[in-house]
Amino acid sequence: MIVEIGHFALVLALAAALAQTVVPFWGARVGDGGLMAVGPSAALTQFALIAIAFAALVNAHLTSDFSVLNVAENSHSAVPAIYKISGVWGNHEGSMLLWVLILAVFGALVALFGRALPSALRADALAVQGLISVAFLAFILLTSNPFERLMPAPFEGRDLNPILQDPGLAIHPPLLYLGYVGFSIVYSFAAAALIEGRIDAAWARFVRPFTLVAWSFLTLGIAAGSFWAYYTLGWGGFWFWDPVENASLMPWLAGTAFVHSVAVMEKRDALKVWTIFLAILAFSFSLLGTFLVRSGVLTSVHAFASDPRRGVFILVILALFIFGSFALFAWRAPKLKQGGLFAPISREGALIVNNLLLTTSCATVLFGTLYPLALEQLTGEKITVGAPFFNLTCGALLLTACFVAPFGFSLAWKRGDLLAVAERLTVALVAGAVTAVLGAAWLSGGSVFAPLAAGLAIFVILGTLIEVVMRVRRPGLAPAVALKRALGLPLSFYGAALAHVGLGVTLLGLAGLGFGAETIATLHKGVPERVGPYSITLDWVGERVGPNYKEAATSMTVRSGAAVVAEIAPARRQFAARQMTTTEAGLATLNFGQVYVAIADPTPDGDVPARLYWKPLVTLIWLGAGAMALAGSLSLADRRLRFGAAARAKAGGGSLAQPAQ
Amino acid sequence: MTRRGRRLALIAAALAVVGGAAGLALYALSDSIVFFYSPSEVVEKALRPGARLRVGGLVKSGSVVESAGETVAFVVTDGTNNVSVSYQGLLPDLFREGQGVVAEGVLAAPDQLRADTILAKHDERYMPREVVEALKKEGRWQEGEDVAKP
Repeated sequence: MIVEIGHFALVLALAAALAQTVVPFWGARVGDGGLMAVGPSAALTQFALIAIAFAALVNAHLTSDFSVLNVAENSHSAVPAIYKISGVWGNHEGSMLLWVLILAVFGALVALFGRALPSALRADALAVQGLISVAFLAFILLTSNPFERLMPAPFEGRDLNPILQDPGLAIHPPLLYLGYVGFSIVYSFAAAALIEGRIDAAWARFVRPFTLVAWSFLTLGIAAGSFWAYYTLGWGGFWFWDPVENASLMPWLAGTAFVHSVAVMEKRDALKVWTIFLAILAFSFSLLGTFLVRSGVLTSVHAFASDPRRGVFILVILALFIFGSFALFAWRAPKLKQGGLFAPISREGALIVNNLLLTTSCATVLFGTLYPLALEQLTGEKITVGAPFFNLTCGALLLTACFVAPFGFSLAWKRGDLLAVAERLTVALVAGAVTAVLGAAWLSGGSVFAPLAAGLAIFVILGTLIEVVMRVRRPGLAPAVALKRALGLPLSFYGAALAHVGLGVTLLGLAGLGFGAETIATLHKGVPERVGPYSITLDWVGERVGPNYKEAATSMTVRSGAAVVAEIAPARRQFAARQMTTTEAGLATLNFGQVYVAIADPTPDGDVPARLYWKPLVTLIWLGAGAMALAGSLSLADRRLRFGAAARAKAGGGSLAQPAQ
Repeated sequence: MTRRGRRLALIAAALAVVGGAAGLALYALSDSIVFFYSPSEVVEKALRPGARLRVGGLVKSGSVVESAGETVAFVVTDGTNNVSVSYQGLLPDLFREGQGVVAEGVLAAPDQLRADTILAKHDERYMPREVVEALKKEGRWQEGEDVAKP
């Protein structure tokens, strides 16, 4: 019964989304306030209905109702409760339901916090948001109904894919979707601005918080996904340039460019058309990602069992929203007024360089991801474009962007002095160069990338910190005054600083990989095996039984010299319901680096073949990403940028608001 | 600087970045693309040793030989032709005889691959698409075979 209620609520949500699309849009055209006011209520209704549907599916999974096909195929009565819940989105149908739920959450946020906006702009934005909902709700109801019943109901479910039985599944998809789908708001507002033919700094001020939310979650989602892959796949890798990973990286790159350009637009009223373009681009990449993952054109770790009808349906949605918005852009963008002059050497100029590098790197990722698909369609030849391609193209561009970052952060708006900035950054430049040279000497003839990245990382971190200090302290300034100045700086400034430091930290983690060690060996009990500066000894091998699996378990000791520094317990789990094996890597974190051990099946006489890795600084990759996401929320907490702050700023004076620094 | 000059500077910068990226991409493409072949294609094309490629098919039953030093040898087949593969390292969790596999590496002899990467399917419902197509071409694939019986 509850399942039917969920299904019914989903149908009603489609009706609400239709109302949200048609009525406010019509109201905005004829200037009828009553019709426009339908938008927010429809958005809230739609959110409530989808929440009911989602709760119904969660309930079915929690109670292991195997008469529901989705539950029977992706759950098992013996699975722990947390995996019953995360199993809701551990499959195609459920993950799409989560997708529309988050879409509706953002629509509801606009409905609740958008009162200050011009009513026509809000009506149009909600209408576009509603249209996206209509498309995806129709997709779910017509091709991927999670509430489908199964007759007769089986006694036991087929179990959740063991790789997905991990806290990672509870965290990674919701975070990623909050990011992906968060850009839908930015997209809707860009489309609304184009429809209205008007855009100003107030628009940027309203959109920026949503952008920061989406960007922060996307950053966390990608980081969580890569960490999950790192510890669960047993290969020690954290990024494979898998098409689906690329699909999440592309909106991140476009979104990062957007976060920067929207700052220019907000502070300087410049780059309007470009910002709109990026807004459309970011969500288009989110849609492309959804298409690549959910249509079955790619086989990857992320692809669930596919159905060709779905691919065509998503392709139609993709085409509609991407071509539709770019057509609207081509038609209306020339009407938007440009403003805000600046010299090429200025913060605006540096941000343009940043945008150029980020969008170009995004283009190289797009090319590398789609080229094999296109080539296969055209010539039938099957190729893979591997990591070397992406490292060389996207990697080189992003490293250049990292080099520009401290300069952009230190330059003044409008007209900057590059020489003065370079002088200020001297210490950081020298420290970075020394790091790179020392790193290269240490590796002596190894990869060029690692020392270069390490040097750049040091430059980015120090360069950013120098600028923060310079803002606060001048020679001869009393400490109390300096403190007052520090407190007076806007939170968004600290947010930007933290984001750049986070970038540097992540880069340092990536660079650390070049200094690691890796070996494959068969471990015998009591015989130490060296990896990097550590030695690993196998102490015990045995069998253990878990709730829905049995495992070959081991315990090992990690030593540095004679001193024991950690105990690890790598294992291999055998899941009966799906006849699958998973690798549980043994991890020990030592000074931001990790010892990583993955085992194969033990031999009958108790020896354990294993891969041993020493990965110095590897945890910095994710800590840096965490810092970037935290930076996003710090900026979000800035008084001037809170939801709804747009109206107060507008009431305060002209639309050409000056930066409050 | 005039508005026109600024615009020119911007266009020049954009061209430089895009041009640089395109150059890098072309350079990278020339040596980081890996072709995928079925065992039959490997044999037909008579590729010269030293070429880097991916071979996909089924692991021939009874062909897996594990020897000292974590070295594994096995045969990839599409039912018509075979390619023998040697690999040093740990096989993925789902590597099994009679199941789909993709091996990437360097050709040591016309029908011998020295693999550095082995990809196996990651759950019982999934078969690498390339493998399915390679098998279809040889008429060794029945539709629906990938759907596990409940």
